[in-house]
Amino acid sequence: MSDFDPKILGFVCNWCTYAGADLAGTSRIQYPPNIRIIRLMCSGSVDPLYVLKSLLEGADGVLIGGCHPGDCHYTNGNYKARRRIAILKSILRQIGLEDERVVLRWISASEGKRFADTVTEMVGKLKELGPNPLRERWQI
Amino acid sequence: MKLTPYNNASTAAITKRALVIGGGIAGMQASLDIADAGYEVVLVEREPSIGGHMIQLSETFPTLDCSQCIMTPKMVEVSQHPNIRLMTYCEVEDVTGDVGQFDVRIRKKAAYVDREKCTGCGLCVEKCPTKVPSEFDLSLGKRKVIYVPFPQAVPPKPVIDAENCRFLTSGKCGVCKKVCEVEAVDFEQTDTMIEERVGAIVVATGYDLYAKEKVAEYGYGRYPDVISGLEFERLNSASGPTTGEIRRPSDGKVPREVVFIQCVGSRDREKGVPYCSRICCMYAAKHAMLYKHKVPDGQAYVFYMDIRADGKGYEEFVQRGVEEDGTLYLRGRVSRVFQHGDKIVVWGVDTLAGKKTEIAADMVVLATAVVPAAGSRKLAKALDIVTDEYGFYTEAHLKAHSVESGKPGILLAGCGQSPKDIPDTVAQAGCAASKVTALFSASEVGGSLLDLPMRFTASKSLRE
Repeated sequence: MSDFDPKILGFVCNWCTYAGADLAGTSRIQYPPNIRIIRLMCSGSVDPLYVLKSLLEGADGVLIGGCHPGDCHYTNGNYKARRRIAILKSILRQIGLEDERVVLRWISASEGKRFADTVTEMVGKLKELGPNPLRERWQI
Repeated sequence: MKLTPYNNASTAAITKRALVIGGGIAGMQASLDIADAGYEVVLVEREPSIGGHMIQLSETFPTLDCSQCIMTPKMVEVSQHPNIRLMTYCEVEDVTGDVGQFDVRIRKKAAYVDREKCTGCGLCVEKCPTKVPSEFDLSLGKRKVIYVPFPQAVPPKPVIDAENCRFLTSGKCGVCKKVCEVEAVDFEQTDTMIEERVGAIVVATGYDLYAKEKVAEYGYGRYPDVISGLEFERLNSASGPTTGEIRRPSDGKVPREVVFIQCVGSRDREKGVPYCSRICCMYAAKHAMLYKHKVPDGQAYVFYMDIRADGKGYEEFVQRGVEEDGTLYLRGRVSRVFQHGDKIVVWGVDTLAGKKTEIAADMVVLATAVVPAAGSRKLAKALDIVTDEYGFYTEAHLKAHSVESGKPGILLAGCGQSPKDIPDTVAQAGCAASKVTALFSASEVGGSLLDLPMRFTASKSLRE
């Protein structure tokens, strides 16, 4: 599995995690280039269906990044995300997918290092888990 | 609508373009508001990046949300706004003319880097061999001589600090020039002057902290573990010199006891300035709280005169610090601060208990007074506006015209006018911007309005 290069999709909020990812870049922190970022205004606007769709289309992992509790620029979007992702994870387990493939993490705009660490950690974990089984299923 | 001059003097056209001086939160907010209304803005900042003091802060009271989460998206918005012309590393030298038609001379300081050509790759910064204390980290960290002040700087292009550059002082080195792939480094660059015509000016030059030397009685500048509130912000910031761990500057130890001393320089008629700096009570409460969150077995003490928590949610915030995070407030002044072994001993008096107190602390944080930014008086002179005895810009009327300077068309925003917190600064900046757009929505203005603030004449014509 060592040559397996996981694909991670990141849904990150405009205010905290996107700026945190930006800081990781401008601080020139090195991290694996396995993540593709999609910027949303808030982690609360991440419909769990987006995450499911990503997994169905073959993403090996999905990161949802939001502001720390209490920091949400829309008051409580991150709390909504937290509840939704908790439910989503239980559904993933039921359909036989490892729930570690989906990671929800609070990363503020000053935490470039935390963003880089999160991606590094996810890539390590996904290499352990191996490719998303759904991806292979869809390939004929 | 036409704005009628009070004395019916001849009228003149309005240049519908504003100048904003200062790129901190006040200047950025004013620029965005004016630009969003559809008018062109020239934003002049003397530092290499916009952001001001707010981008240095770790968290903001009373919500404890990350300051950079508010600032970085805003800074990018400013730099990408089609109506904003951003001029960093520039200073306003001279202003002539009157409301509607100011002619401004701006000095574009030599950056020794062609910032148009530069791609911001950062190779020069990486290769530069000389390190000097970083202004952004208040000397707690280091920066190179060719530098961007902080990673999220806008624009993300470096400048060369001529005083410390080996090549510019001794002619040897030039590594940055050699490694630059787009040949942006230019040691021949000199200051250039740029002329701009604008119709209105927003002055948002902000504040500095009271000079270190002036508070020597608390050992500031003598003992490395006696720091200012702003230095504590950098220590606490996740992108700061300690990546957010609270470690004292002298030996990197995690402090177990921290003393916060309030009103250092402010409210001190004999030695300092008589006014209240307004933000210190709140940021000390915040610091004590953040410290406790990071060092759960630590203890924070605050020596205070009174607690002035006058904003929305502020008093509740201070109470939360006391109740949930165990901040110990001691009402009284500190008489002596001295080093004893590796401790900083603080002698004070607790006037509520009527007892002398002695605390052997690991670190002392001083709430030094807010004073006008260096150069405020000089700028006021160039703008032909008035400052008070401390150097804060004087408003036309403290209550009725608190955003206007005495000179029509020149508006004030932020701490340059008086010490204030972020919500008030943003509100004042928005107000200044709305006054500018109100002026621009008129077709012409009288030529001699020197005697009265713009508002008087505008409301007169609205009544007619």
